[in-house]
Order: sequence, then C-alpha cells, then structure tokens
Amino acid sequence: MILHDLISLDVLRVIWWGLLGVLLIGFAATDGFDMGVGALLPFVARTDDERRVVINTVGPVWEGNQVWFILGGGAIFAAWPPLYAVSFSGFYLAMFAVLAALILRPVGFKYRSKREGHAWRNGWDWALFVGGAVPALIFGVAVGNVLQGVPFQITEDLMPLYPGAFHAKFLGLLNPFALLAGVVSLTMLLLHGAGWLTLKTEGAVQRRAIAIGSVAGIVAILAYALAGVWLAYGIPGYALTSEVAANGPSNPLLSTVAHQGSWLAAYALRPWIAIAPVLGIAGMALAILAMRKANGAALIFSGLAILGVIASVGLTMFPFILPSSIQPDASLTVWDASSSHQTLFVMLVVSVIFVPIILAYTAWVYKVLWGKVTTAEVTENKNAY
Amino acid sequence: MDFGIVELSRLQFAMTALYHFLFVPLTLGLSILVAIMETVYVMTGRPIWRQMTKFWATLFGINFVLGVATGITMEFQFGMNWSYYSHYVGDIFGAPLAIEGLMAFFMEATFVGLMFFGWDKLSRVGHLTVTWLVAIGSNFSALWILIANGWMQNPVGAAFNPMTMRMEMTSFFEVLFNEVAQAKFVHTVSAGYVTASIFVLGVSAWYMLKGRHLELARRSIAVAAAFGLASSFSVVILGDESGYNASLNQKMKLAAIEAMWETEPAPASFTLFGIPDQAARETHYAVKIPFAMGLLGTRSLTEEIPGIADLVSQAETRVRSGILAYDALMQIRAAKGNVTPEETAAFEEHSKDLGFAFLLKRYVDDPRQATEAQIVQAANDTVPTVWPIFWSFRIMVALGFSFIAVLGYFFVVSNFRGMRYPRWALRLAVIVIPAPWIAAELGWFTAEFGRQPWTVDGVLPTALSVSHLSVADLAITLAGFVLFYTVLFIIEMGLMVKYIRKGPYQDVAETEDWMRRHEARLKTSDDAVTMPAE
Ligand code: HDD
Ligand code: HEM
Ligand code: HEM
Repeated sequence: MILHDLISLDVLRVIWWGLLGVLLIGFAATDGFDMGVGALLPFVARTDDERRVVINTVGPVWEGNQVWFILGGGAIFAAWPPLYAVSFSGFYLAMFAVLAALILRPVGFKYRSKREGHAWRNGWDWALFVGGAVPALIFGVAVGNVLQGVPFQITEDLMPLYPGAFHAKFLGLLNPFALLAGVVSLTMLLLHGAGWLTLKTEGAVQRRAIAIGSVAGIVAILAYALAGVWLAYGIPGYALTSEVAANGPSNPLLSTVAHQGSWLAAYALRPWIAIAPVLGIAGMALAILAMRKANGAALIFSGLAILGVIASVGLTMFPFILPSSIQPDASLTVWDASSSHQTLFVMLVVSVIFVPIILAYTAWVYKVLWGKVTTAEVTENKNAY
Repeated sequence: MDFGIVELSRLQFAMTALYHFLFVPLTLGLSILVAIMETVYVMTGRPIWRQMTKFWATLFGINFVLGVATGITMEFQFGMNWSYYSHYVGDIFGAPLAIEGLMAFFMEATFVGLMFFGWDKLSRVGHLTVTWLVAIGSNFSALWILIANGWMQNPVGAAFNPMTMRMEMTSFFEVLFNEVAQAKFVHTVSAGYVTASIFVLGVSAWYMLKGRHLELARRSIAVAAAFGLASSFSVVILGDESGYNASLNQKMKLAAIEAMWETEPAPASFTLFGIPDQAARETHYAVKIPFAMGLLGTRSLTEEIPGIADLVSQAETRVRSGILAYDALMQIRAAKGNVTPEETAAFEEHSKDLGFAFLLKRYVDDPRQATEAQIVQAANDTVPTVWPIFWSFRIMVALGFSFIAVLGYFFVVSNFRGMRYPRWALRLAVIVIPAPWIAAELGWFTAEFGRQPWTVDGVLPTALSVSHLSVADLAITLAGFVLFYTVLFIIEMGLMVKYIRKGPYQDVAETEDWMRRHEARLKTSDDAVTMPAE
C-alpha cells in the first residue's frame, strides 16, 4: 500500500500524539464521572433507596464509558507499542491494583441489586467506592511519576528492563510529588462526579453532592496550583540534546536526552500552551460556582477542567511521552516511540470512520436516558439496579 | 534468562485467558439466542416470548459482567507481562486489538445498558434493534481478537525492520484476511453458539423435570436445539478447517496433535487412541484409522504430512540460517543504518529464520557463539510436549460429536415427536451442561500449548517475550488473580443458580392485555389452556 505516503510520518506521529490525548481526556471525562460517582457513593447516599438512585444515574452508561479505558490500552498498543510495553510492565503492581479495582466495578454495579440484605449491598457499595477512588488516585500518581521520569532501561535489543529492588521500586512510586498529583486527579474526578449527580438527582443526595463536590473542587484547584509551582522549582525537566529526527525510525536509543532544566521551559518556547492550565483552573472554579444551579453547567465546566489539566501535562512534556530517570537516552518521545508509518495510517483511517459513529450512537443513548433518576422510578422499574 | 519468570508469566496468561473464556462463549451464543427470542416476540407480540427474552437476558447479564471484568485484565496483560512481545510485534498485533475496541466493545457496551434499562424507554422494534446490536458487537469482538490471535499462529503481512528491532506491518489486508484467523473465527464463535444452546437446553430440561415453567422450557428447547444443531455441525466441519490450516503453516502443531513421530507415506492414518511417549518418540498401543489423517490434513491422497523427526531436522537447518541472519543484523546495527546493499541482501536472505536464532538465547547470549550441541537442542525445543495436546484434542473432538448427537436428538423430538421428551433425555441434557466449556478450554489449550515454544510462530520464542519482572511481582499478581477470580466466580455461580431457581417473572399486566386482545383466539386455540405459563 502506497496510500500511507499521503500523510508523512512526522505528521502522523503528531496526530497520534493528539489522539492519545483525546483518548485520555475522553476516558477521564466519561468514565471519570462514573468513577467519581462511585467514590462519592457511600457519602452522598445513606439509605438503600438513595444509593440505588445514585447507582442508577450511571447504571446504563458506565459500561460504554469504560470502553474508553479499554480502547486507551488498545490504541496505545497499536500506535505507541514501546509505550505500551514499557509503561504497563514498569508500573506493574500499580497496574494490577488498577485492574483489580476496575474489575470490582462491573461486578458491583450488576450484582448489588441481585440480592437483598444489608451486608451484601453495603459490601458492594464499598467495592464501587474502591473501583472509583483507587484508579482515580493511581492514575494521578502515575502522571506524577512520569513527570519525574520512570526508572527503566532499554537494551540494545530494545528490551525494557527495570533494575532495582522490588519493594524500593514500588514504594518509590509513592513519592510526595506523585501523591500530590494523585490528589489532583482524585479530587478532580470527585468534582466531576458531583457535577453529574447534581444534574441527575434531587433532594438530599443532590445537596450532599454539592457540598462534597465544592470542597473537592477547592482542594483540586489548590493541589493543581501547588503541583505547578513544585514543577517549576523542584523538579528537573528533560530535553532532547540530539537533532530531532521527526521522520526517523522508532528507536529511542538513536537520540540523546539530558535530564536537566525545567519542564516549564516549554512555556517560554510556546507561550500559547498556557491556555491549558488556565482552562484547568478556570474550569474547576466555574464548576464549583455552577454546581448550585444544578443544570448541567457544572458537568461541562468540570469536563473542560479535565481537558485543561490533561492537556497541560501533555503540552508541557512534548515531545516526551515517557522519560527514563536512570537512562535518559532511553526516554520515549513522539519521534521515536510510534508504530510504523503504515500502521499509523491504517489506524487513522479506521478511527476517522469509527469515532464519529461511536459518538453518534453514544449521544443517542444518552438522549434516550435523559432526565432525573428518582426513588419512585428506581423502585418501579424492575430492570433498575 | 530467569526461567521462573517465563513459567510464571505463561501460567498467569493461561489462567486469566482460560478464565476469560469461561464467560466468553456463553456471551457469544446467548446474545444471539436472546435476540432470536426477542425477534419472535416482536413478530408475534406474544408475552411468553417476551418473558423468555427477559429471563434468558437476565442470565446473560450475570455472565456478561464477568466476561467484561476478566476481559479488562486481558487487554493490559500483553504490556504488563509480555513487554518484549509487545514491543516486538505491537506494530501488527496492536491494530486488531484497537479496532476491536473501536468497532466491537463500544457497540456492545454502549447498547447493553439500554438493553437492560430501555424496555420502557424504547419502542419494541427499537429495543429489538438494541438487542441485536449487542449480539453483533460481541461477535465482532471475537472476529478482531481472533485476527490478532490468528496472526500469532500464522504471521503474515509483516517483516522485520533492523532499525527498530521489531516486526512491522507490510500489508494490513494480509493480516485481515489471514485464512487461519478466518477459520478460527468461525470455529470459535460456533463453539460459543453450541455452548449457549447446550446451556439453554440443559436449564430448560431441568424445568421440565421439575414440572415448572413448561411453556418457557418447551419453546426454549425448540430454539436451542435447532440453533445448536446447526452450530455444532459448523464447529465440527470448521474445526476440520482449522486442522487443515494448521497443516498449512503449523506443521509441528499438527504432528503433535497426531503424535506423528515419523513421516508416514501418504495418505497418513489417524491415531484414534494411544499413549504418546516423548522420550522414545513413539506412541504406544496406537489404534489407527487408515487414510483419515492424510485426508483431514491435506485434502488429498498423495501429499505427505511431515512427522516430528523430519520437522526437527528442518528446524535445525533454520536455526543455522537464523544465525546468519543474526550476524547480518548485528552488522547492520553496528553500522547505525549506513549499510551496504550487500549487507542488506545478506540479512534479507536469512531474515525469515531470525526467530530460530532467538531460540538459542535460552542457552547463549550471542547466538553466534552457540555450540553444535546447543543448536541441536534448540531444534529439539521446537517440539511441544505431545501428550497433553494429543489428549485435549481428542476429548474436544469426541465432545463435538456427542453434541451433535444430543442436539440432534432434541431437534428431532421437538419438531417431529410432539415435544414428548423422556426423562432420561432431560436428565442427560442437564448433565451435559458443563461439557461445551470443557471442549472450548481444551480447544484453546490445544491451539496455544501446541504453538509452543513460540509466542509468534517461527518469529518470537515465548522465553524471550516476557517482561523482566521479579518473581515476587508475578507471585503477588498470580495469587491475587486466582483468589480474586475464584471469589467472583463463586458469587457468579451463586447468582446464576439463584436466578435459575427463581425462574422468569410474569408481567401480569401485559399478559392480561394480550389475552384481552386475543380473546377470540383464546377460546378456540390450544394455547388458551396453557397460556398463562405455569
Ligand atoms: C472468541 C472470543 C473472544 C476471545 C478469544 C477473547 N475475547 Fe475478550 N471478550 C469477548 C470475546 C473474546 C466478548 C464476547 O466480546 C466479551 C466476553 C463477555 C463480554 O462481555 O464481552 C469480551 C470482553 C472483553 C473485554 C471487555 C469489553 C467490554 O467492556 O465490553 C476486553 C477488554 C477483552 N474482552 C479483551 C480481550 C483480550 C485482550 C483477549 C485476548 C487475549 C480476549 N479478550 C479474548
Ligand atoms: C480467551 C481465549 C484464550 C485462551 C483460553 C487461551 C489460552 C492460552 C493458554 C492455555 C496459554 C498458555 C500456553 C502455554 O504457555 O503453554 C496461552 C498463552 C498465550 N496466549 Fe492464549 N488463549 C486465548 C486467547 C488468546 C488470544 C486471543 C491471544 C492473542 C490475541 C492470546 C495470546 C497468548 C499469549 C501472548 C500467550 C503467552 C505466551 C505463550 O505462552 O505462548 N491468547 N493462552
Ligand atoms: C470434531 C470436532 C472438532 C474438531 C475437528 C476441532 C478441531 C480443532 C482444531 C484443529 C483446533 C486448533 C486450531 C489451532 O491450532 O489453532 C481447535 C481449536 C479450538 N476448538 Fe475445536 N474442534 C472440534 C470441536 C470443538 C468443540 C465441540 C468445541 C467447543 C464447544 C471446540 C472449541 C475450540 C476452541 C475454543 C478452540 C481454540 C480456538 C481456535 O484455535 O480456533 N472445538 N479445534
């Protein structure tokens, strides 16, 4: 196939870097609200009826939302194989914890209502809490570590290695900056989940969601700002020191990298990227203010905040995707960690065809399900969770 | 190379995949059966079919979530436990996986919510469409994952790139239309249809034995027997097709399935039973059917099927050629891309055997330093352990034929003998419920264990594919998965049994409404007497 020459490799790489962002944002904005709802569940809803209302606000949609996560895995595999190979094995136990938590969600949603009994249902409520809160926290911790560099090496055969003692590696991930990043992502998704609940519920549940959501939002703003300052003064950045080979082969060892300077140098180089952090903070602030109106505006603002926060990380790091702290030359960048020209092109064509179709039917499903979820409805509807 | 890691990683993958496949076949088949039942409901408007749809859909839902839950693990395992594999073939292998997400998972997962919650929010036809979309989505997911898996068995449309040290896609269409993948798809989804049919049949038979829900049970048996019989023919005929494809490219797997140590003159016989002895390279007490293997494997009377001994000596030649490829690769790499055409040509001449040189990495770091004995050893390593493959294949096949018998019997009685099932037949139908799961698990075992020592046949050995984790990492996650999955499985079985015991719930309003509208018919038709089920 010569068709793929229509778009040059460097352009495809940048497009796929953008699509990686779209996927992460799509995941955090859709699955994010139902993870937020899960994490809020034990606190905003006290009685079984209340909890059923909360669960049923996301009951019909969490499954579709979760596919953003799965697709994230698949798309990284297809477009950025070295990233897929290095990151999931490098964060091995953290990934295991994420998977275990995420597995609890489908089961919790589906099985909770299948039996009466306080212990059964309360148990699943906490499972849903774990399924929402733990991944939200770990994703943030992971981003915090990526910004500092991850301790991996790559051999001449391009085989990834992770030297070091087992527990030191795992506990090393839980450093203060990474935990702060975890707080940002957890509170951001709590805010987002609360925004969803104010739209879909009424009464006591709605009031509690507003209260908890507002606090979470304020913490998120403070933590995000603090992380920005920390990044400026406390954490060295990474820089390519060899010439950029934007069309070169995907072999990270062909370039050299220095672990020095500041990540924030990117803002001097491309001042327009400041839009992203501004959007992040403004979105969170507006979401807090809009929450009381309960008309869905809060959800849109917290969605924009998610977009801003995730984009700010990506744009700050560009062209780095996964820097290595112990062998900087092995760092994965946009220019040397992609699939081949042909694969990137084929996958782009497939995405251009299917993404609009997915968005169209997802929108239709949300439309069918539009409206508040009430206690009366949940008790009447035999199909509800 | 730390061998414990390879073993543990294999065990973990096998465990999680076999677990995933406990739920997959029922999803594949039951989604279609439910859609068929709902189609009948929409066409006839009769409440019993709606009841059936809802009842089987409830069981479908209980199973489906665990399919999803265990599937999430699968999607990330390649990166977690098989990082060199992911780097080495991700350029090809990742694409079908991503397309599966785009084309199939989004569809099934988005509509499955509406399928359960949308009964009162959609028109009948609208809801029916949603149910079909879930079924189609599930089946598409099987297609794409089997294209990925088929590529590991028969790696077409790809070439090695020395600059990136990995396989890269040369033709998407070859990957897509890989005949091994096509045969696998049809065989595997048919296996899913058989599984669901036997499940529906067995549960319904249990109701008949108990004298409960007879209306639902009779109709369900009729649907399941017809659908299941057709599918079980498809499994057997297309299982044979799989065998044929294995002979095209995985001759070693075919020889192992057959325990065929030496090449036999064409057409080879099929060993029905026997006790394979790996060390002596012979099969004791073999009972053979003349000609059968030759016909099955080659579709001809004259073509030979090579035996294990011959395949080992072919492998030895390829190991030697692979060493030349490796040598050329090292020179290209040392030259950092400034290679002469001769060097490129030297590499390309032998590049298809590069994977065979990697077999030596178990014994020496640099395959060029390998001793004669190590080369012979590497060639011997291409023989998988024969007896487990030999037996799992035979059990699968025997079960396949027994399903035709069982489903065929129920089909005949339901259509031509007025649905009067003897009690022994009903009991048999209950007992046979677990059998299709056993067949499917053994099928995967045959296909995957028979592929050893390769993850990608002839391209990348399993021992090289792993992530360099610590034994502690793997021990924690392996124990975690076993524990976690087992608890979930027990909960699932508990709910299944509970909902089967409970039976369908009756939608009183709708039944009355239907009876009012059809009053005239009710007075004359036989149905009238039995209409309100139970
Ligand atoms: C022949 C069919 C088949 C095979 C071989 C596999 N799967 Fe599977 N998978 C399905 C057929 C299926 C399905 C029928 O589509 C499932 C099962 C139950 C379900 O809910 O969907 C599913 C669910 C499922 C999910 C959850 C999807 C969702 O949220 O809807 C993921 C991420 C995977 N699978 C991934 C995998 C991977 C990475 C596999 C390779 C090792 C794999 N599956 C083997
Ligand atoms: C769900 C159905 C599947 C089952 C039950 C299954 C079963 C198995 C088993 C038993 C093994 C272990 C073989 C051994 O190490 O001796 C294995 C290994 C493996 N399978 Fe599968 N498999 C399934 C689907 C797939 C698919 C669809 C893929 C790829 C798309 C795949 C890729 C692999 C890989 C990478 C390994 C590990 C390397 C190896 O041991 O060869 N499997 N599988
Ligand atoms: C006469 C009957 C059958 C024959 C001849 C047959 C043949 C085969 C062969 C040759 C393979 C290996 C394909 C490979 O090497 O990749 C296979 C795999 C498999 N079989 Fe069967 N089979 C039969 C019956 C069944 C039944 C009844 C089931 C389940 C209900 C089943 C489920 C599977 C599955 C799930 C696999 C693994 C996926 C695949 O490789 O296609 N088979 N079968």
